[in-house]
Amino acid sequence: MEEELLVSGRMNQLIDPQLNIWHWQIPLYLFLGGMAAGILCIAALYFIRGRENDYRTAVRITPFLAPFLLVIGLITLFIDLRHKLFFWQLYTNIRLQSPMSWGAWTLMVITPVSFIWCALHIKDIFPNWDWKFKWIYDIESFFNKYKKVLAWIMLIYGIILGIYTGILLSAFNARPLWNTSILGPLFLSSGLSAGAAATLILSKNKSERRQFARIDLVLIGIELFFIIHMFMGFLASTQVQIEAAKLFLGGPYTMSFWIFVVILGMLIPALLEFMELSKFHIPAIVPAVLVIFGSLMLRFIIVYAGQVSRWLY
Amino acid sequence: MRYAMAVDTKKCVGCSDCVVACQTENNVPHGFCREWVVETMNGTYPQLEIEIRSERCNHCINAPCVRCCPTGASHFAEGGIVLVEHNKCIGCGACMASCPYDARYPHPDGYVDKCTFCFHRIKIGLAPACAAVCPTKCIYFGDLDDPNSDVSVVLKKRKSKTLIPEAGTKPQLYFLI
Repeated sequence: MEEELLVSGRMNQLIDPQLNIWHWQIPLYLFLGGMAAGILCIAALYFIRGRENDYRTAVRITPFLAPFLLVIGLITLFIDLRHKLFFWQLYTNIRLQSPMSWGAWTLMVITPVSFIWCALHIKDIFPNWDWKFKWIYDIESFFNKYKKVLAWIMLIYGIILGIYTGILLSAFNARPLWNTSILGPLFLSSGLSAGAAATLILSKNKSERRQFARIDLVLIGIELFFIIHMFMGFLASTQVQIEAAKLFLGGPYTMSFWIFVVILGMLIPALLEFMELSKFHIPAIVPAVLVIFGSLMLRFIIVYAGQVSRWLY
Repeated sequence: MRYAMAVDTKKCVGCSDCVVACQTENNVPHGFCREWVVETMNGTYPQLEIEIRSERCNHCINAPCVRCCPTGASHFAEGGIVLVEHNKCIGCGACMASCPYDARYPHPDGYVDKCTFCFHRIKIGLAPACAAVCPTKCIYFGDLDDPNSDVSVVLKKRKSKTLIPEAGTKPQLYFLI
């Protein structure tokens, strides 16, 4: 029997008895960034494949959400910093080994790209939009000429952004729950499904809605597959990761994870979308909102539970 | 040059003098500490074994905090000492999340702070405050590359261990057992 009897002198607020450094800002940002990444990836993919006219909302309308999501996300990231006036240090350094540095530079690329993409489609929202100055029209026609290049940049950086939100956490081997490389693809697919759900809400076209219900269904399947594999990996791993998995298998996060993320965020929307596709009439907003909610809860629960999991010594 | 520290768990009485000396020397803000004392009890009464450890940053060779820092504020200084440059630190918390020893804390001024092996003292030839003040002289500090340094000699003579070597960090804080 081993017992840690007494710990003297150790009294760091925010660290003891468990890590308590990241609060609502980080999971909210991971969600907003992931959803923006999903929206931009889907838009870019359909544009590159020349399906702009079939999936008009996804390519031309939904991306208008992305700049807002990214800017709110950047603000929450800024709020999270403790040494705020030094934030610019992120942009005077490139650290290839640090996922956070990757993320900062990715946002630097994808945020302006998302603004440009929206500017090119502004007439879809405001038909009488006038740029007023000739030089803005010149810039617009320049980007219109290279729209395909822009779409490729958006696709590649969207994937990096979506994956990085998970890799950010999985790089920390000190927190066994986060230390699994499956978080990258899991957060990417969760972001993509939140992005698809946004189009499902905004689209007025029936065949587009059906297509996005199908996409969401597939993505939910992929997410469930990743979640099952995450737990299989944990349970087959070292003691610290077994302990991490137990947080969700009987531990304090069991109810919130399985109810909010898996049942409400995945299984019920999947069932509703399946019913929608087999001719039942389900209001599209219900499964879509559930998917977005589940995607948000996934980030919150993983970020909070990860700070509880630790090495034992 | 490779600075390291060894703590004799057989000699340490857990008085916490090192903790207070560190807080005084380094002006550690109230409510935080750069080092601490852990006491573990093993076995069933009456066969009990006690181990007392004075712990701090392990100044790892493969330091995850240096790897995860997005600005390069966490860096290796001379002799492998891990330091934080306050004016480069943005207080993002990545290093605190990456440390398996939870050796860092957020300083109320915004930056992240931790044990420096008393870099300012060893530069002028003094021992770190914790080692200098220890009443049982159980903390050994020195250069591992110098075979005659206190820490090299005692590590050659005695059996030692490091904390969670399986975390892959190559810690440089040794415990004599």
